[in-house]
Formats: sequence, structure tokens, C-alpha cells
Amino acid sequence: MSARLHALANPARFGRFARRALPWTAWLAALCIGAGLVWGVFIAPPGAPPPEGQGETVRIIYVHVPSAWMSLFVYACVAAASAGALIWRHPLGHIVARAASPVGACFALLTLATGSLWGAKMWGAWWVWDARLTSVLILFFLYLGHIALTHAFDDPARGARAAAILALVGVVNLPIIKFSVDWWNTLHQPASIIRRDGPAIDAQMLAPLFLMIFGFTFYFFTVLLLRARAELAALRTRALKLRMLAA
Amino acid sequence: MSGFGALLRRDLRLALRQGSDTATVLAFFVIAVSLFPFGVGAERETLAAIAAGILWVAALLAAMLSLDRLFQADYEDGTLDYLLAAPAAPTLLVMAKALAHWLTTGLPLVILSPLLALLLNLPQKAYPALIAGLALGTPILTLIGAIGAALVLGARRGGVLLSLLILPLYIPILIFGVGAVEAAATGQGFRVHLLLLGAMLLGALALAPFVAAVALRQAAE
Repeated sequence: MSARLHALANPARFGRFARRALPWTAWLAALCIGAGLVWGVFIAPPGAPPPEGQGETVRIIYVHVPSAWMSLFVYACVAAASAGALIWRHPLGHIVARAASPVGACFALLTLATGSLWGAKMWGAWWVWDARLTSVLILFFLYLGHIALTHAFDDPARGARAAAILALVGVVNLPIIKFSVDWWNTLHQPASIIRRDGPAIDAQMLAPLFLMIFGFTFYFFTVLLLRARAELAALRTRALKLRMLAA
Repeated sequence: MSGFGALLRRDLRLALRQGSDTATVLAFFVIAVSLFPFGVGAERETLAAIAAGILWVAALLAAMLSLDRLFQADYEDGTLDYLLAAPAAPTLLVMAKALAHWLTTGLPLVILSPLLALLLNLPQKAYPALIAGLALGTPILTLIGAIGAALVLGARRGGVLLSLLILPLYIPILIFGVGAVEAAATGQGFRVHLLLLGAMLLGALALAPFVAAVALRQAAE
């Protein structure tokens, strides 16, 4: 595993790997998301009619839950890549972190948007300071900070190192933030808004949900490979330009 | 350890002779707090209900104001390179600078807070929780802020960027700081909140100087 990771440090080899892997991840993403959407929106049963159940609104979870999962998964990827870059000086680490962070921010934003749509229907309010929504909002802020720090320096390498440290600080802080938001929420919010012992998810809904989760994950890897390749190309252009200036 | 003392004395002397940072931060704190009655209305009950939140948020923002200067001057005139090359461990360097920063901005804020609480009609029994919470919380603000201040050295628009990086990380401190005051105001025990703030302070003391030192070293590379 580690030998294979080290082999990818060579940009040309990474380019070959990306070219071979891209069709697979792209097609798997398209297949999973397509099948999951059709199954989830047209075939899976709706929830019990309101006011007891969620009716057709329940279908939002086929986008909401995978996005929420991805927003956390991508942050873990950014942190792992940053650790790889800081500890083993893996040249691909900074590139992967830089490429993945905006994608994660988009997933966090998608989670917030779909959560707010769902809330408008179920809670009668576009935004409620619910513990989970609030945590995702803070995660979104952490992404924004990471992206801003990456691009704040004239020297991209300096920005990449600073952002890598910030990503690791964020990982240590995320559980603390999550815990304190939960605590704050139980103190301030009436517990009736979200029923903790809601009905268990129907097996009919679970299958499309998992299809969507796999689809979103493959989609992320597709975009990550594309973006990482573009970053590598941009680095090479920059180096060539600098050499031309020096000559 | 002598390096620690020397750096602490130097930073304190600089702060005392220039004097502007402390005064600016305190002035900001007072003005920001006194804006709220104009914004939310001057009813004594309304103010009492949100006094804890106002004071803590204003303290957070006031701390942000001075943090971007923490390493900036030393970075610009090259002192930082000499400090990092000195035999003293970089973590001690960060500790000394953070302690000096807290003594010149955090501590005056803690001392001033009861006076502003008076203006906002905070219930009297909540004062100990406010002061103790700020006394435990403001050093954490400085320590976490030191990481951010080291990360943005040499960045474009460092000050604004710093608030984007650091404010989300301050949320737990805000929650427990305000929680302590509110618990005390409603006659509940606030010991749990203070214990949690204390735990966070110990954690920050152990980790933040190390991380800030790593960030400083990569900034000076």
C-alpha cells in the first residue's frame, strides 16, 4: 500500500494512473447516481402522509444524506492528504488537499441547502439551529478558511503548507465543536423538533440510499482525479513560465 | 527557561511603552458592547437576557483585533528568524509571546468585564461565572489565535483571513462561557461549564504552542 502510494509521487505515473482510473470512477458514479435517483424518486415508497410522517418530502434524503456523508468524508481525505504531505513530504498530498477542499465545501453547502428545504416543509422554517445543521454550517466555515488560506500567499507552496497545518488543527477541533454544539442544542432547543426515536428507515429506502452514497463517493473521486491532474498541469505551467522569465 | 523570561519581559516592555494595543482592544470592547442597547433596545430585561452573549462575542472579536499583530512585527523586521535560531525551544517562544499577549489584552478585558456587565444589567449572582469564565476562556482565545497568527504570516489580507480561520474554532469556548453565565443567572451550578473550559485550556496549553511553533517554522522557511 505505502509503496504504491510512494510510486504515485511521480507526476507522470500519477497521470497514467488517473487516465486509467477516470473512466471507471466516472461510469460507476453515473450508474450509481442514475439508478439511485430513479429508484429513490419513482420506485421507493413515500413516507407516511403528514402530519404523522414525512410524505414525499422524505425523498430529499437521497441527496441530503449522501451529501452530509461526503462533506465529512472529504474533510477526512483533506486531513489525511495534509498529514501525508506534512509527515512524509508526499508531493501529491498538497495537490490532493487543494483539489478536494472546494469539492467538500460544495457538498457541505448542498447538505445545508437540502436540509433547509426539508426544514421548510417539516418544521415550517427555512433554518432551525438544530445541532446537526449547525455542525455542518461550522464544517462549511472550516472549508472556507482552508480554501482562503490555500490561496492567500503569492507562493503556492507556502499556502499549501499553512493550509495543511490548518486542516489538521480542524480535525482535532471537529469533535470538540460537535460535542459542544450538541450540548448547546440540548440546552436551548425544545427536543420535540426532531424525534430521536423516529421510525427506522424502510429497507425499501435503504437500497437507493446506499446506491446514492456509493455514487456520490465515485463522483468525488472522479472530480478529485480531474482536479488533481489540472493542478499538476498548472504547477508545470508555472514552473515553465518561471524558467522562461529566468532565461 | 531564561529565554522564556527574557522574551516575556521584552514583549511586555514593548506593549507598555507603545501602549496602543491594550488601549485599542479595550476601547473596541467597550464601544462594541455599548452599541447593542441601540440595536436591540434599552429595556433592562432584554439586555439582562442577552448580556452574557454580548459580552462574550465582544470579547472574542476584541481578541481577534490584536492577534494578527502577535508575530507580525517580529516577522517583518526579521526578529523571528533570530528567535527561531535561538537555543530556546520554539514552543517556549510561542508560550512567552502568548502569555505576554494575554497579560496585555486578555487580562484587562477580564478586569473590565464586570463594569460592562453592570451597563447591561446582568444579574448580580452571575458575576462570578462571567469573570471566572473569561479568566479561563481568554487564554484559550490567545493560544488558538497564536496558531492562526502564525499561519497567516506573510499572507495577503492577513487580518481578515485570521478571523475566517479562527472564529469557527472559538465556538466551543463561546458556548461554555455563555453557558456558565446563564446557568449562574438562573441559579443553577456553573461548575461543569468552568471545568470544561479548564479542560479546554489545558488541552490548548499542551497542543497549541507546538502547532504554532510548527507553523512559525514553515513561515520562516
